[in-house]
Amino acid sequence: MNAWIEKQKYLIDFTLSSLARRKAKNLGLLLVYTLIVFLLASVMLFTHALRQAAAEVLVGAPEVILQRMVAGRHDLIPPGYLERIGRIRGVQHKEGRLWGYYYDPVVKANYTFMVPGNQDIAAGTLLVGAGMARARGLAVGNLISFRSYSGKLFSFTIARILPHDSELVSADLVLISEADFRSFFAIAPGYFTDIALSVANPLEVRNVAAKLSQQFPDSRPILREEILRTYESIFNWREGIVLALASLAILAFAIFAWEKASGLSADEKREIGILKAIGWETGDVLKMKFWEGALVSLAAFLIGYLAAYLHVFRFSSSLFAPVLKGWAVLYPRFELSPVIDGFQVATLFFFTVFPYAAATLVPIWRAAIADPDAVMRG
Amino acid sequence: MIFQPAIIALLLASLVCVGLLLAAAPLAIDIIRHWDIHSGSERQLLLERRTYLLSTLLSFIFATQLVALLLFVFNADRMSSLFVGAMCAVGTLKVNAFGFPALIAQIVVFFLASSWLVINHVDTLAHDYPLVRVKYLLLLILLPFLVAAAMLQLRYFLGLKADVITSCCGSLFSEEAPGLTADAAASPPLPTMIVFYLTLTLAAGAGVLYRLRQRAAWLVALLSGAAFVVTIAGVLSFVSLYVYEHPHHHCPFCLLKPEYSYQGYWLYLPLFLATAAGLGVGAVQPFARVPSLESVVPAVGRRLATVAAAMFVLVAAVASLMILKSRLILLEG
Repeated sequence: MNAWIEKQKYLIDFTLSSLARRKAKNLGLLLVYTLIVFLLASVMLFTHALRQAAAEVLVGAPEVILQRMVAGRHDLIPPGYLERIGRIRGVQHKEGRLWGYYYDPVVKANYTFMVPGNQDIAAGTLLVGAGMARARGLAVGNLISFRSYSGKLFSFTIARILPHDSELVSADLVLISEADFRSFFAIAPGYFTDIALSVANPLEVRNVAAKLSQQFPDSRPILREEILRTYESIFNWREGIVLALASLAILAFAIFAWEKASGLSADEKREIGILKAIGWETGDVLKMKFWEGALVSLAAFLIGYLAAYLHVFRFSSSLFAPVLKGWAVLYPRFELSPVIDGFQVATLFFFTVFPYAAATLVPIWRAAIADPDAVMRG
Repeated sequence: MIFQPAIIALLLASLVCVGLLLAAAPLAIDIIRHWDIHSGSERQLLLERRTYLLSTLLSFIFATQLVALLLFVFNADRMSSLFVGAMCAVGTLKVNAFGFPALIAQIVVFFLASSWLVINHVDTLAHDYPLVRVKYLLLLILLPFLVAAAMLQLRYFLGLKADVITSCCGSLFSEEAPGLTADAAASPPLPTMIVFYLTLTLAAGAGVLYRLRQRAAWLVALLSGAAFVVTIAGVLSFVSLYVYEHPHHHCPFCLLKPEYSYQGYWLYLPLFLATAAGLGVGAVQPFARVPSLESVVPAVGRRLATVAAAMFVLVAAVASLMILKSRLILLEG
């Protein structure tokens, strides 16, 4: 075993010095290889971080949301619905929610107006998200007026601006008291936008939803796990599309690697010829070439992955963000929390190192079988 | 559901592997037809060189299969959130009829490739390469297995459809969705436990016997294969229960997850290694009488049998440790 390790060590040593002797060629390969890894790793790290952020946001969401449908459109929950739900077993907590959208012609953006269930807001005041505060240039204590859908003008004081860390979800959020909400949108008492239910036992969620849809045929239950699943599959799909497009780049890279590996210079050929003349076997040359590929791959993978990490988590992935995160007028400014995922590293490996290895297989063999005398004479 | 990164990667890998082996098939046929070690002709020289390419190729495919197998299982686990009722990899693999066959086909290809590499290794140790024809015939036999595994995988992935919310209607898939639980068909714990320890002891014993006496190579291979199946059954039946400390969670894949501190690797890596080595002992046995291999086969076989025996003991030890550490009481008295 020791002899084997020693042999590999000498081979690696030899390979490194042989790589260093042809700096220009190998640096070119390394650069392209690193670029490919960087490109794909950026996409993967970014989507994974987004997926993680979505999952974290939804952790606190209610397990089931009940919406009432009228002619296939979302409608208000009439009085009495909330009381009838109380009889479904397994429902731990239920709450009628009030929220809606408001279009602000000043900044041409939509705000989400919401009545928070867990905190009281004084009448005539608002808590606004950081994105909206930025867009309208608001500070605490400022007055802001909105013309309601009924045509009346309402004025509010800004009581607080929501913290920056929650901006991914609260960029366009406006928190308002219940009385203000009802008069602003002209919603009669007893009506709600939808109903949020919390169910303690995750295995019960589907049963509760089934009972709800039976009891309220005019409504649809939406489950938290369904929302999560949809986000997951949207992000996966986007990532997959980008990667499928990038496969052209990978193909180009494989051809490039093939070219580089088969286009041996006269020097390299002579080197292999001399090695074989002094007693190296074809297998040894193959091993040397294997180490060459492994070292180049490892370097490219590490540098590329590191660069992608910096790009995504340090520089907010300025290159790919427009494709991957979608857009909105009040787009939240957010920092993604760095996540590295072994599964993704393995996938990335298949997209980069694997094509490289497959493309260089035949050229390496061609180089290794060269006849010493033919090479040295030619 | 093709546009998932890991699925693209897996399909790419099997496509490239099948493509490489298909491209190699004519070369293999050429070698089978024209190989003549005593000839010094140019053709023979070319064929000899090609053998290097083919064995490198197969090592590459073997390594790829190993990583792809892991990625396949991880991917199944990761995708479980996309299907109603699927809690982990078992649920995802049960989404359509091709999931488990695809996994099993991949494992079979893995062991076939490992056995081929053992035969190849033995062959290169002999001075006259006596097994070249056999080797490349076997390579051609491996091809349909690889193609079948790739096809099953493709069918499986094409048949997947995530249960996502559509914008047009209220979503509630639960009504018709079948239960995709982690309750894999498991055998009763006590008998399985007895069979598990018995088979592992026998397999390790056969390995030791071969090491000492160079006898019963077939038995080593047979018992290794049996030990693999029995160990998987044991994991399903009781090991997983002890690890999860839950009497109904039989999943063999969750062991690999960080929640259970990656304990599965301690079980599966030795198991795969032991099975590959044990099968290798049997794979080279038919050639023990070839004159130039008379000393090579026993030497290689002994080393493999030692590895197999040691690894089977390790599997049993790891499983016992998992049981002892657990707070679950499965068998009373």
